[in-house]
This record gives sequence, C-alpha cells and structure tokens, in this order.
Amino acid sequence: MKTIATTTAALLGAAAIVAGCASTPATPDYDKLTDEIVKASFRDEGIVKVTTLTQTDETNRLCSAADVAGKPLDEKTAKRIEAENLKAVKWPTDGKFLGDWREGERIAQSGRGLTYTDDATVVNGGNCYNCHQIDKKEISFGTIGPSLYNYGKIRGVADPSSPASKAIVEYTWGKIWNAKAYNACSNMPRAGHTGILTEAQVRHVVALLLDPKSPVNQ
Amino acid sequence: MTKSMWILAAGALCTTAALAQKNAAVQSIEEYRAMLQDGNPAELFEAKGEGLWKQKRGPKNASLEQCDLGKGPGVVKGAFVELPRYFPDTQKMQDLESRLVTCMETLQGFNGAEIAKTRFGRGEQNNVTALATWISAESKGMRFNLPQNHPQEKTFYEVGKRLFFQRGGPHDFSCASCHGEDDKRIRLQDLPNLTKNPGDGIGVAAWPAYRVSNGQMWGMQLRLNDCYRQQRFPYPGFGSDATIALGVYLGVNSKGSASVAPAIKR
Repeated sequence: MKTIATTTAALLGAAAIVAGCASTPATPDYDKLTDEIVKASFRDEGIVKVTTLTQTDETNRLCSAADVAGKPLDEKTAKRIEAENLKAVKWPTDGKFLGDWREGERIAQSGRGLTYTDDATVVNGGNCYNCHQIDKKEISFGTIGPSLYNYGKIRGVADPSSPASKAIVEYTWGKIWNAKAYNACSNMPRAGHTGILTEAQVRHVVALLLDPKSPVNQ
Repeated sequence: MTKSMWILAAGALCTTAALAQKNAAVQSIEEYRAMLQDGNPAELFEAKGEGLWKQKRGPKNASLEQCDLGKGPGVVKGAFVELPRYFPDTQKMQDLESRLVTCMETLQGFNGAEIAKTRFGRGEQNNVTALATWISAESKGMRFNLPQNHPQEKTFYEVGKRLFFQRGGPHDFSCASCHGEDDKRIRLQDLPNLTKNPGDGIGVAAWPAYRVSNGQMWGMQLRLNDCYRQQRFPYPGFGSDATIALGVYLGVNSKGSASVAPAIKR
C-alpha cells in the first residue's frame, strides 16, 4: 500500500510542480496517471492476472479511448480494427459449423468461469442470456444485446448446410468467435478469440441459433 | 436471484397470457422488492456502527468521536454525501471506508494496513462496514455534493472516468459495458446508467446496502470489488486509488441525487 501512495503522490506532485511553474496551469497526463494507478491498485488473484488489464490489445485500448472521448472511432481505424479481428477468426477445423443446440442452450445459460474466485477447472459459460433474449421460454434475459429469438428463421435458414445459408452460417460463427470483426467496439466479448469458449462450445452455440430444430427457430 | 423471486415469477408464468408474461414477471419482482422494504436488516448494522463510533477501543482505548470525515472533527451528518474527497492531513483522496481506517489508526491505534489487507466480512472489516452503514444513514435524504475544488479531486474524477471506460480481461468488459446506456438489464436486473446522474437513491446513492441474496451488508468498497470480479478483472486493493477515483467519478456524476443509503438489495 505504501508503494501505491508514494507512486501516486509522486505523479500528482510532479503534475502540481509543473502546474505551479507554468504561466497557464498544465493539464496532468490523465492517461498516464490512470495506467500508474491501475498498476498500483490491482493485484493478481486466483487465475486472474493484472496483465489482463495492463497488456490488453489495441482493440480494447482504442475503444476505451474513444469511449472516454465520447466519440466513436473514425471509420478508417474502425475498418482496420475489424479487418484485423476478422483475420484472427479461427474457422472450424473440420468445416462443421453446427453442433448440438441442446448443449448450446446450456452454454448460453451459464455465466460461469474466469473470475478471480473461479478455479481453472470451471467450464466457462457463454453468458449469452445475460444480454440477449434467445429461447422464448426463458423469461430471465438481458437487453444489452439484441433479441436472438427466431435468429435463423428470420434470416431464412431452412437448411444450414445449403449453399444459400453459407454466408449467414459463417457470419454467425465469426460473430461469436470474435464480435469485434464486425463491429470494432462492440460490447460483445470475443468468445473464441480470447478463449472464453472452446471451438466445440462455439459450434453448439451456433447450432442453438441456426438449427431449424432449435427452440430459437420455432 | 432468490427462490421466492423465482416462485413469484413462475406463478406469474402459469396464469397469464404470453404477451402479459414479461410484464407480470416484472410486476412480481417489483412486489418482491416492495416487500423487502418492510424491514431492512441494515438497521442492525446501523446500531452496531453507532455503538462502535462512541466506544473506546483499540490500543489507545479511544472512541472515533473526534474523527474528521471531511467536515471537521466529529461532524457526521452530511459527511457521506461529500465523499470521496481530499484530506490535507493524509494528503490523499479518501472515501468513507478508507477514511475510517485512517481514523481507526490515528485515534485508536489500530494497524491501518492490516485492516486494509483483511478480507471483507472478517475481523475489523466488519466494523468498518458497520461504521460506514451508520455514517451513511446519518445523511439519509441529503443530496450528493462532492467537492471538486482541490486539484486532486479534479484529477481523480478524470482518472475515474478513464477507469470506468477501461476495457480489459478476457471478456473486454468495462464498467460502461453494463452501465453506459439507459434502460438496460442483465437477466432481469435493471442497470443504472452511471455515465450521468442516475437519479435519487440509485447507484452511489444506494450503498452501503443489505444484500438479501447472501445476507450480507456491503459497503461501496465491496460493491466496486464485486463489480470488478464479475468483469473478470483482477483484485482491486481495499481503498486503492482506482476504487477511490471510480467513487469520485460516480459521486460527482450523482451530484444532486438524494441518498437512500443504507438501502436493501436483492
């Protein structure tokens, strides 16, 4: 704790001295100060390391800065970030995009895993219902993301293995794997990209959304 | 979600038409919340906190009655709605809980660093929570008005804003992922938009609060800590500058909101 206080005091002190000397008060470098405060305030706990904040990627850094500024990313930067995330999408190794929608429902219901009180053996959930309506039978759903009820039906997916469905099947996989590939600063996690869900789990969630037999499409 | 809430929600499901289902469920939950208001166990923590304030304790066998919470030694009423703020004696930004630890150290002779390291719900941390509960209750109905005069108070607002929007962890979550827009929910839980004034008794104006789901009294430090835990962030130190800066950002945004703390939550 002592180091924290000293670091912050030193930084604030430096800012105050600069402000005192200049004819017009200098603005402290708030971004730098925030980085220092993050390093001094957080500690590793359980499976969660401080590096998950201090070494986050360019996508998160640019989107955080855009949020602070209250302005979306400029179009060119957004397109570049999306292209880089799309390039990083891992497509199904066996070419099979759909798994078992029943498994997908279980994954969508679960919000478990990856907190500092979880151990590494916990099977991660997808957290899907926290933000989305999915199966209409589940009334406890969040509204941060759009409703996904009738997701496949609305998009005309009668046979997910048909050439007509190819584009939407690939988009659905890509969106779950890495949501930032299609919307640079989406609120949605990058479930495959950051290792929240395994490839097999992503396959099941895709089935929940696109299998004509899934309750989502009834 | 508690069992009784599920029963209410399930009951509503069986008897109403499809279109009315959601509204009925929401109504049931509102009724459940109204029932919670009948008696708030936070009152027990208030009584304990008031006793602890006046009791001679610690190596120096002294009370906390001369503790300066920002409005002068011993002034409790109105202190809560002006915290966190800058304290010249410690030359630090402090919130209610970290300030209480300072007073426990300077007046009573406790080891402040030890208390800060103690887990929530254990030992002296329980006393800090009870004290914070009583002190917040002494400002019930008063409006938030954090000072923004000292340079550090302004700096911490700016840092708090950056922390609020900081995306990280495996889920890329920031505080704003859930608290950046109006009228959103996680599952059935309403989420206040904390980028602006969320209104009377919402957000910082509701903590400390008694949590029915786990039977615990939570101060703001634990509230922020558990938000960060669910964000899949690492552990924010008790009273660390990150938690104080976030408290300043939220508190300044809530300027003019009436405090209902200590509140009761699901």
